[in-house]
Amino acid sequence: MKICVLVKEVPDAAVRKRTDPATGRLDRSGERTLNPYDAHAIEAAMQIREGGAIEVDEIVAVTMGPASAQRALHKAVSLGADRSLHLCDDALAGSDVAGTGYALAKTLAREQPDLVLLGQQSDDGECYTVGAVVADHLEMPSLTQVIKLEIVDGKLRCERQAEYGYDTVEVELPAVIAVGDAINEPRYPSLKAIMGAKKKPLELLATADVGIDAERVGGDHAAARWIAAKEPPRKAAGLVIEDEDTDQTVAQIVAWLEQRKLI
Amino acid sequence: MSDILAYALHYRGAFNKNSLGALSEGARLAAELGGEAHAIVVGDSASAELCRQLGRYGASKVFLVAGPEGLAQPVVDAMASVISDGGYGYALFGGGLLGFEIGAGLSARLGAGVAMEVTGVRVEAGKLIAQRPILGDSQISEISYRSEIGIIIARLNAFEIKETGGADAEVAERAVEFSAFSTRARMLTRGEQRGADVDIEGADILVAGGRGLGNAEGFELCRELAQAFGPGSAVAATRAVVDAGWYPYSAQIGQTGKTVSPKLYLAAGISGAIQHKVGMQASENIVAINKDANAPIFEFSDLGIVGDLNKILPKLTAAVRAKKAG
Repeated sequence: MKICVLVKEVPDAAVRKRTDPATGRLDRSGERTLNPYDAHAIEAAMQIREGGAIEVDEIVAVTMGPASAQRALHKAVSLGADRSLHLCDDALAGSDVAGTGYALAKTLAREQPDLVLLGQQSDDGECYTVGAVVADHLEMPSLTQVIKLEIVDGKLRCERQAEYGYDTVEVELPAVIAVGDAINEPRYPSLKAIMGAKKKPLELLATADVGIDAERVGGDHAAARWIAAKEPPRKAAGLVIEDEDTDQTVAQIVAWLEQRKLI
Repeated sequence: MSDILAYALHYRGAFNKNSLGALSEGARLAAELGGEAHAIVVGDSASAELCRQLGRYGASKVFLVAGPEGLAQPVVDAMASVISDGGYGYALFGGGLLGFEIGAGLSARLGAGVAMEVTGVRVEAGKLIAQRPILGDSQISEISYRSEIGIIIARLNAFEIKETGGADAEVAERAVEFSAFSTRARMLTRGEQRGADVDIEGADILVAGGRGLGNAEGFELCRELAQAFGPGSAVAATRAVVDAGWYPYSAQIGQTGKTVSPKLYLAAGISGAIQHKVGMQASENIVAINKDANAPIFEFSDLGIVGDLNKILPKLTAAVRAKKAG
């Protein structure tokens, strides 16, 4: 089978995030890294390959984004993907979830994957949604927030936490599965894999290469448009104590609790 | 184009609270737009009698569609079918996992704009504007729709349940032919509870533990502190540690767990991700202990302690015990 893993470059968690006041869009400049949830998706693909329940011919990392997004693909390849696809076109800038999902689905359709994996959310947008959009376009069954994934009789057996407890769902292939961080512990890439990542095939694609209708992508065609960003009403900042002398800290906590009649 | 269709999730004969909140909000907005709020219920276990009750929350009409339960894609088919009747301007979902999946699938199906994690909606010039907090809730973005249908997926607990005193809703049973791919996922077991049944919703004081406890044994520190506070206190947990098997699911706070508002919420080793915050932010007093000074939880705690919980919790337990004894 062929597994495609959708990956995304996001701002490093340590970098303070902000919106561009002119457009209301996220300012995506600054230090960037592979979305941590996507590392779990690649690891899930590797575990299927190594598990032996089904033959995995190829793992392909796929991203959409500006030129810099190539780094996310290099990271994905260093973690185990065999090659990568980079959908990169100015026409895609500012796409909303619907446009992004459509463009990714068009790119994936060319690859005819048996399984599409992705991280359930991204560190910058926390969206949960791209997997379901992609699945509807590809007409594949789909599940998000999956924390256990097994192959049983050529089908997927997925577990997740839903509204009323843990659900176990059987999903036929081909399918789109978004995974949570509890699914596995991603491996660290070897130095050799990091060094070799840039030598693995990386194909650069423009919208026309995969038949994307330019009227359906990009900020100007977004069906949901950010019109403003504003400051929320702020809760008064709480008191923060750095613990230096724990006895003293504890005395402060107890006094604080007593003041509020909580003890 | 001024009617609103709200998805109503049901399980074992009762509607989900977030769905009822979304429907209440939908009724308010539809009235302002000059339209009606309708609801849709999908599942083989839902009765017409149950559906009629949605009139109380403002639905004038409820579509009841027989089909599989607990999975998103059949609901996408059902909602797309109802929306094709015309008259709808918006589809609305309460917070929770299925709302995200159905709303996203519907967005693809209809080419509709979608806003998620929405905490407020307002009417401007006859159209809805969705408000969504972003960047760790440090800003609120406003989103308008240019598509024929706008999709609004609420954040957990964003909308209050309001009984309008309305009459029974008209129930329209509707047959929907599901897409082939929508039926290629099958629920094997649903709503499995893992670990002991712990009651945390009635507690006045909750001591909650997260990944920062280090391991399952770390919960002993939380248990001892809760015990020191005495009756009316309990131990709660984050999604990450429940998934890791450190603590029972019934004690989980947040997006796919419980929503609580105790007098005191003491968070130990919890970073304070949005998915956790939505389940506990209504607590009267929030105390956080975390070794990372940049943890988001310090943004919304009333008292924050930057330090090692392994040093602080045992001494705090002893001090609380001493106070209680004295």
